[in-house]
Amino acid sequence: MTVNPNAKIPETLEGTTVYSTDPLIIRSHYEIDYMHSYAQDSEFFRALGQKKIMGSKCKKCGYKYATPRAHCMFCGSETEWFQLPNEGMVHTFTTCYFGSEEFLKDTPFHLIMVEFDGVDSLFMARLVGVSAEDLMIGMKVKAKFKRNQKFSATDVYFVPVKE
Amino acid sequence: MSSKGQDVYMVTGGVTKFSKANTRKDFRYLVKEAFDYALNDVHMTTADIDGSVTAYFSDHFQRQAMAGIMAHEYVGLSPKPSKRIEAGGSTGGMGFQTGIEEVASGRMDSCAVMGFETMSHVETWKGNEFIALASDMNFDYPVGGFYTGYYAMMAVRHMYEFGTTVEQFAKVSVKNHGNAIHNSYSQSPMRLTVEDVRNSPMVSYPLTRLDSCTMSDGAAVAILANEKKAFELSDHPVLIKGVGGGTDSMRLSDRPFSKVPLLPNEKESDYANLKYPGVHSFRAGRVAAIEAYKAAGIMDPLEELDVVELHDSFTSSEIQTYEDLGLAKYGEGGLYVEEGKADVHGIVPVNTSGGLLASGHAIGASGIMQAVFTFWQLQHSIKKHLKDDALQVPNAKLGLTHCHAGTGTTVAVTVMEATK
Repeated sequence: MTVNPNAKIPETLEGTTVYSTDPLIIRSHYEIDYMHSYAQDSEFFRALGQKKIMGSKCKKCGYKYATPRAHCMFCGSETEWFQLPNEGMVHTFTTCYFGSEEFLKDTPFHLIMVEFDGVDSLFMARLVGVSAEDLMIGMKVKAKFKRNQKFSATDVYFVPVKE
Repeated sequence: MSSKGQDVYMVTGGVTKFSKANTRKDFRYLVKEAFDYALNDVHMTTADIDGSVTAYFSDHFQRQAMAGIMAHEYVGLSPKPSKRIEAGGSTGGMGFQTGIEEVASGRMDSCAVMGFETMSHVETWKGNEFIALASDMNFDYPVGGFYTGYYAMMAVRHMYEFGTTVEQFAKVSVKNHGNAIHNSYSQSPMRLTVEDVRNSPMVSYPLTRLDSCTMSDGAAVAILANEKKAFELSDHPVLIKGVGGGTDSMRLSDRPFSKVPLLPNEKESDYANLKYPGVHSFRAGRVAAIEAYKAAGIMDPLEELDVVELHDSFTSSEIQTYEDLGLAKYGEGGLYVEEGKADVHGIVPVNTSGGLLASGHAIGASGIMQAVFTFWQLQHSIKKHLKDDALQVPNAKLGLTHCHAGTGTTVAVTVMEATK
């Protein structure tokens, strides 16, 4: 048994950032890396590298989702992958002049929901190559793919189609 | 289990002032302040309470998990039972309904519902990031990552489908900020014009800064009880007449294009050409209203309701929600505010408190704040609590609260009725 009444916790010279003393407000830092698995949706992200957007088609009821979904939300059956067209139409849009901290550097950016012919649901994406004043519902758009794939849903984005 | 179903009443309530940052009081202290106000109003003590439901949205804002139990313990309710409810933006409304269930099931004679959020611990844009974690992290967050952006796309589609205008959105802001001038608990009382709203900085087209709610620090508490306990504590408790809930896909992109679920006073031919909900309407809000109206026996909401507090995180969502609740037909929500029907002295006044736009949106507290405000309206005690009776709706008998999460991903609707 060791008993040492003179034991000390070692001290360091790092300080604490203090924003206010009354009340006492200090800086508290927090950060984390995840090992995020795309699991059953992995194929969608891999396919973007081959310039393909993959949707999900229900094997039983035939509903076509423009987003990955391993099981149909209407009938519960398994879905299969199908390739979405690379061209679609703006179903709705906005231009974000502010955003979450992570995306503030991207502002202003256009956000659209894409409607594909013969597909039952929509697809959310960024749009570039058009000014805010010219952006409208019904505008034809086509997919472009990043060459340096980041394995993010933003590996695909849209540009207007010249008519 | 020997418990039997029983009617539930709201007995009392309390709210703190919502503010951008209340750094002198942490979440426990804020809850205690609202809790003590509620208890003192009917001269009750913690001995009258069998347990609690706590409601807060995000552990990230103060980086404290199990904060609900900490609030429960702080106000002196340990070792009684307590549980925490989380449902995004509708956390407060869902917590309120869970408290109702604790009593309705016969498990508790009385239950405290305590909601709070202290969002000032991070910068506004980091706060927006925390809120955006409540969107699909694989497909929506990386692309938009911003709730104002998601709502803005819905607003644009609503304008396209129905001809709703940005001026109509702005009128909601003018009304709600104006009401808040008479609500001493509100965060942003302001006398505004439509031009002020349109000229404030654009956040996400067409929504400006003044079309959007703020982040807040605040707490709200409601005490619920069975009939026997309720009338022991108060001579005019308010009856919970009906609850409803609804949900929709997390991803806005996955919403179907189908038929409108109808209210009792609507016909299929009213919406023969409308693809629903698409991204213009909140199906969860409509489904929640249908359930709550059925339970409350409401056939025509516009005729029967006297006062509504609904989830106006954005001006556009207030207009969309008029339609979901049947205060206006789909497509006519813009006219409802334009014609003054939502004013304090309108047909069915909406957000007399100032709503989230002007009262503030301390997420877990907001839905309970709505319940407390509706309770005061139905008790005709607005003057007693606000020292100003400008917002009192005369003879209010039947009230409704509507609390909403995501882009309409889960919604809680509760109908309350005065007992005298």
